[in-house]
Amino acid sequence: MSDFRRFTRDRAAALGMALLLALVVAAVFAPILAPFPADVADFHTANRLHAPDAANWLGTDRMGSDLLSRILFGARITITIAFVAVGSAVMIGVPIGLVAGYYGGWPSNLLMRVSDIFLAVPQIVLAIAIAQTLGPSIENVILALSITYWPFWARLVFAETRSLKNEVFIESAIALGVSPLRIMTLHVLPNIASSIIVRTSIGMGATILTAAALGFLGLGAPPPTPEWGRMIAESREFLPEAWWYATAPGIAIFMVVMGFNLLGDGLRDFLDPRIRRGASGK
Amino acid sequence: MRRLEMIVSRLAWFVPTLAGLVVIVFLISNVIPTDPVRVLLGENATAAQIEAMRVKLGYDQPLPVQLLRHFQDVLSGNLGISIYSQRPISEDLAQRLPATLELTLVAIALSIVVGIPLGVMSALKRNSFWDHVVRVISVSGLAIAAFWLAMLLQFLFSMKLGTAPLNGRIDGFGPAPVTGFLIVDSLLDWDMESLGSALSHIALPALTLALPAAATIVRFTRAGVLDVINSNHVLYQRAMGLPGSVVVWKYVLRNALISTVTQIGLIFGVLVTNAVVVETVFDWPGIGTFAVQSILQSDHKAIIGFTIWIGALIVIVNLLVDIVHSFIDPRGAR
Amino acid sequence: MTALLAVEELSLGFATEAGFASVLDRVSLSIERGRVMGLVGESGCGKTTLARAILGVLPQGSARITGGRVWFRGTDLLTADPAVINRTVRGRAITFVPQDPFTSFNPVFTVGEQIMDILKWKSPGARRPPGRGWLPAVVARYPSDRKRADHDAVLELLDAVQLPRPRQLLRKYPHELSGGQRQRLMIAMALLPGPDLVIADEPTTALDVTIQAQILGLIRRLATERHVAVLLTTHDLGAAYEICDAVNVMYAGQDVESAPVDRFFAAPAHPYTTKLLASLPDADGTANGIPGEVPALIAPPGGCRFHPRCERADGLCRDARPPVDQLGGGHWVRCYHPHREAL
Repeated sequence: MSDFRRFTRDRAAALGMALLLALVVAAVFAPILAPFPADVADFHTANRLHAPDAANWLGTDRMGSDLLSRILFGARITITIAFVAVGSAVMIGVPIGLVAGYYGGWPSNLLMRVSDIFLAVPQIVLAIAIAQTLGPSIENVILALSITYWPFWARLVFAETRSLKNEVFIESAIALGVSPLRIMTLHVLPNIASSIIVRTSIGMGATILTAAALGFLGLGAPPPTPEWGRMIAESREFLPEAWWYATAPGIAIFMVVMGFNLLGDGLRDFLDPRIRRGASGK
Repeated sequence: MRRLEMIVSRLAWFVPTLAGLVVIVFLISNVIPTDPVRVLLGENATAAQIEAMRVKLGYDQPLPVQLLRHFQDVLSGNLGISIYSQRPISEDLAQRLPATLELTLVAIALSIVVGIPLGVMSALKRNSFWDHVVRVISVSGLAIAAFWLAMLLQFLFSMKLGTAPLNGRIDGFGPAPVTGFLIVDSLLDWDMESLGSALSHIALPALTLALPAAATIVRFTRAGVLDVINSNHVLYQRAMGLPGSVVVWKYVLRNALISTVTQIGLIFGVLVTNAVVVETVFDWPGIGTFAVQSILQSDHKAIIGFTIWIGALIVIVNLLVDIVHSFIDPRGAR
Repeated sequence: MTALLAVEELSLGFATEAGFASVLDRVSLSIERGRVMGLVGESGCGKTTLARAILGVLPQGSARITGGRVWFRGTDLLTADPAVINRTVRGRAITFVPQDPFTSFNPVFTVGEQIMDILKWKSPGARRPPGRGWLPAVVARYPSDRKRADHDAVLELLDAVQLPRPRQLLRKYPHELSGGQRQRLMIAMALLPGPDLVIADEPTTALDVTIQAQILGLIRRLATERHVAVLLTTHDLGAAYEICDAVNVMYAGQDVESAPVDRFFAAPAHPYTTKLLASLPDADGTANGIPGEVPALIAPPGGCRFHPRCERADGLCRDARPPVDQLGGGHWVRCYHPHREAL
């Protein structure tokens, strides 16, 4: 049975992929799919806080804008934040961890101690401090998230590189005179790749939740940007009457994070079923 | 002896870790190319106003001097004055800490009481219908935004069904303040009315926090039990005919619990993370709402103070967890 | 003399992703009281599975027994009431010495507590298990007079297995002991309930070579002293020669030959056995392998499973499993073309 078929037989992972596909489609095709694409910026106060009906499938918000359209466009923001924040954290943290783990010595240990300090505090706490300092915007949210996330990857890769360094095949590569760069990229990296991939998927989900929380607290983009967390915050004062206002973006967040979590679990089972299903961290 | 060495070395690292945290937080607020004073005063401030505020807040000094003063301030407990309450920030934080701690502890207790048995049963009846249900719920629990869940529960139980109060910590004046923990104080005062009110108020926020924590505990416990169930020592005990309940509830459980304890530190971090937003939704007078109010007012120093306190709290909790773990796992300190 | 344990045509397999693996194919085996029986074969031939099948601790879920019986003291262990078996047979009449003594101890309890727990439920003095019927076993009381007697019995047996300072030893955790000490403990735990049969599954594989001989000798001596039968699985022919009274050979889930130890080494009949003995390194160190590979068990060769690697094989060997051929003196072989050599 081909590997891909075996992967898709895991129904949970397949569901995860389907959810993520929906996210990507929503983001990419938002201008086409949204019934009222202009509602990202426009508002029609006469239409405010209408319950879901034939015209507005998910209802309207406090400015009268169509919720469905805003949510679809919000998908773009969600994807952007997740991929850029996690991507940059990985691309900074992994090489740092590789180099520190390979060379060792006091600079590496010092670097890891610094990472430990970052990791000693929940990501959102530092991210709040950073985002609040910089001011509310999507770029600052991404910056805050990347700054607080790279130490996780550095630490992870450092530990794995250090333990791999004692393996015989690495020792023999060193003895053969293979350059450190080649060892790190061609020998160490492929061995830890599956661990990185699994945690990246789960990390995307966690990052989206943190970003949504920052948006909820008002640290994300200012209105009228259709950021899901902020939309939920806006909806608070209109409860319990305008229940649809709070429900829709919350469900959107839930589906997306579920997608990443299920995909991550499926990847973990697929890539190395013998990995201990214990500590998953982020 | 190894345990003592571990404790001593962790304590030794405690101070530099906190110091490092203070430095990092300080750098965040000062080296980033945005003028915090400008952000504080807003777009329409004149240059003169900005300069005056800079001098007032001490931002005109060279960076190392500022850092030194910052350390002095932190060590003496002076974190500045809160813009909102016009009181020292450390006073505000100290007054609000018990509320957050009480909420967090109740949430942890709930999640452990529910999570561990569910994790054990789920592992024992692997791939059964109940296992799948539990796993679906625990995966979902980790995908829900805490603030949204808070609003959902509030909407359902408070607004629609009226079975729980909307917000706040207690109705009326409450019991005589001894510990700051309303539940404890009510019991000490034998004030049943306050106790009832405190419990009904803490129910929804604690439930909100407990769900993702319980989900994590279920996952770890399940994995831990599965790991042990397939081990050679369980096989040996089965082969020697030891009764099943002894194997599971005496031996397997302890192995799984030990590995779960190591995760308590992680779970506490998750709880504190979520507490910030959950407190806001329920108007819970803890340090989470303090943080949010400070954000809204761009009260920079308050945010810094909050960050340092939370950081210290979590480092302390992790240290305690490691100490406890070293006592209950005879394989030695981690 | 009726055998203590008689495995009769036992067949079982495991359900895997790639299909049903036929791990045991109509295996028969009999052990007499007080005798040490060796079960020899390469890794994967099914000896450990057979041991676990006798004990009744096969992997739940994937293992399926497709035929045969396991007779022990007149009862078929496969069809008897599992609760009765657990109480009276496992850990009492039949005990177990595992392959890896390190992972077979629970790492977070002292060895003393684990030993006493075994005795709480399995000591010869316990005529009825402690605890009331409806309460779960885990809360049962350990009567203090029996506990004291059992503790003395433990110290005595720890002496017999040559473990120094037994009292301090019992307070230690498994990781604080050496491999040899752990295995001696396992042997003691296997003998304490006063069993009729001890199943020792490759008991020396995980130990240093220098300790192996000691442990084997210990097993032999204690078994003889206490008139306890031993089923010793091993891939080490030398070990079989040293301490076994009789040897059974298995190949790819089938039993192929059985003989008293002298006859076995002097006049092996099955082609696989002769090759196995020939593969032992010579005095000058040269070793000869057996050409070919152990077959996969998902779609094993028909008839005699060794036929693809056997130079004596013909169509008959492919079609049907050879019946038991009694060669006299307790020596039988399943082969259409065995070696027949005069002693």
